[in-house]
Amino acid sequence: MFNSFKEKISEVLLPGDVFTFDLPDLASNVKPEKVICGPGLRRDGDDVRVCKCGILRHKPPNVFWIDSQQKRYVPVKGETVIGVVTAKSGDIFKVDVGGSELASLSYLAFEGATKRNRPNVQVGDLVFAQFIIANKDMEPELVCIDSCGRANGMGVFGEGGFLFRVSLGLVRRLLAPQSEIVADLSGLFPCELVVGLNGRVWVKAKSTQQTLILANLLESCENMTSNQRQALFKRVADGAL
Amino acid sequence: MDLSVHGVSPATREFGCEQNLLSRPDGSASFIQGNTSVLAGVYGPAEVKVSKEIYDRATLEVVMQPKIGLPGVRERAREQCVRETCEAALLSTLHPRSSLTLILQEVHDDGSLLACCLNAACMALMDAGLPMSCLFCGITCVIDTDGQIITDPTLQQEKESRALMTFAIDSTDKRVLMSSTKGSISIQELQEAIALSQKASHRIFEFYRGSVSRRYSKTLK
Repeated sequence: MFNSFKEKISEVLLPGDVFTFDLPDLASNVKPEKVICGPGLRRDGDDVRVCKCGILRHKPPNVFWIDSQQKRYVPVKGETVIGVVTAKSGDIFKVDVGGSELASLSYLAFEGATKRNRPNVQVGDLVFAQFIIANKDMEPELVCIDSCGRANGMGVFGEGGFLFRVSLGLVRRLLAPQSEIVADLSGLFPCELVVGLNGRVWVKAKSTQQTLILANLLESCENMTSNQRQALFKRVADGAL
Repeated sequence: MDLSVHGVSPATREFGCEQNLLSRPDGSASFIQGNTSVLAGVYGPAEVKVSKEIYDRATLEVVMQPKIGLPGVRERAREQCVRETCEAALLSTLHPRSSLTLILQEVHDDGSLLACCLNAACMALMDAGLPMSCLFCGITCVIDTDGQIITDPTLQQEKESRALMTFAIDSTDKRVLMSSTKGSISIQELQEAIALSQKASHRIFEFYRGSVSRRYSKTLK
């Protein structure tokens, strides 16, 4: 069963492509293989169909998904995002995360918040938060605490810094463990970098100039091979730009 | 039935396509067939007006802008053709209560405009990463005064023809998703035209694959 997937790993697939399997005989004692299909793959009867265009990726032992370059974010439970508070209404904040609906964020979902001790959140503030409810039928809901009630890096952003948008593919590359881009970037200036899975990136360096240089570099990483990127970063590090 | 269309693939003009060329829309593509050129942009899944909200699927809106002047009846008819084709291919139930907007801008019309719009629409939807059950392509055929079927005609050939047909064909089973015809056609001719279009669709789908692969070539490594 794996073979039909394994042949196509790292290949570009288009919607409508089908994986068919020769199902093992029910009478035989072969243990059935399990495959976990991630984004872009859908089961359709006995087949698996591709519904997004992109590259087929594989994570051992049995996870497969389609890695696609897109710009519009669709909320997924458990993902951390950067949102903009757009409204305060009673005990919830409405947060724009770039999806099709505004997400709600309760004022109690901050570290140390109680009914009497409200968090200081104003309209226009940026928050780094996690989805606890995100599905197609319900309003998405965010929290700024983990299951132990700790902030764990989430919450309202401080002063300064710069927020910009990149494609969702680049964000995932930045967040991948041992990301090459982040490794290259860390050789330039000391900086704070917050990456939300909704395509928003926030950077803060010592000066405004350095912040803007970092933002421009990250935006230009979108369409560069690793060699081109390293060459560019080297020129910046040497002070040519 | 005797269909005398076996053998070589029907002649089409050169295709060209560029994806993700606009920065603001979520997906964009330009598609060129010979001298005909269309630019498409897709926004979505985005917030939807309450009056247009559909509780179990996404609302698809298609807007077509002519090269000169305001959109008229002809554009509205084309919009409907494109919308119904896209609705058949998109898995819109995965994004209920949201809106998808497809904007098609005619850049130059040299025949087969509706087919080019369909192709641009498909590439833009793919670029936006919207879930689709299959791809689709558009093919225009004309029957000239001698009864010959010409695929992918130019504007001149369209004017000299006695009938004009445009089909949308899906990529999995090569079925006809949409057809729009003008002029008088016999059943035999219609069948022949469909068979020819299905044959021509192979080349378009191959072109789609090549063009998407080129776009992803940098992220492959």
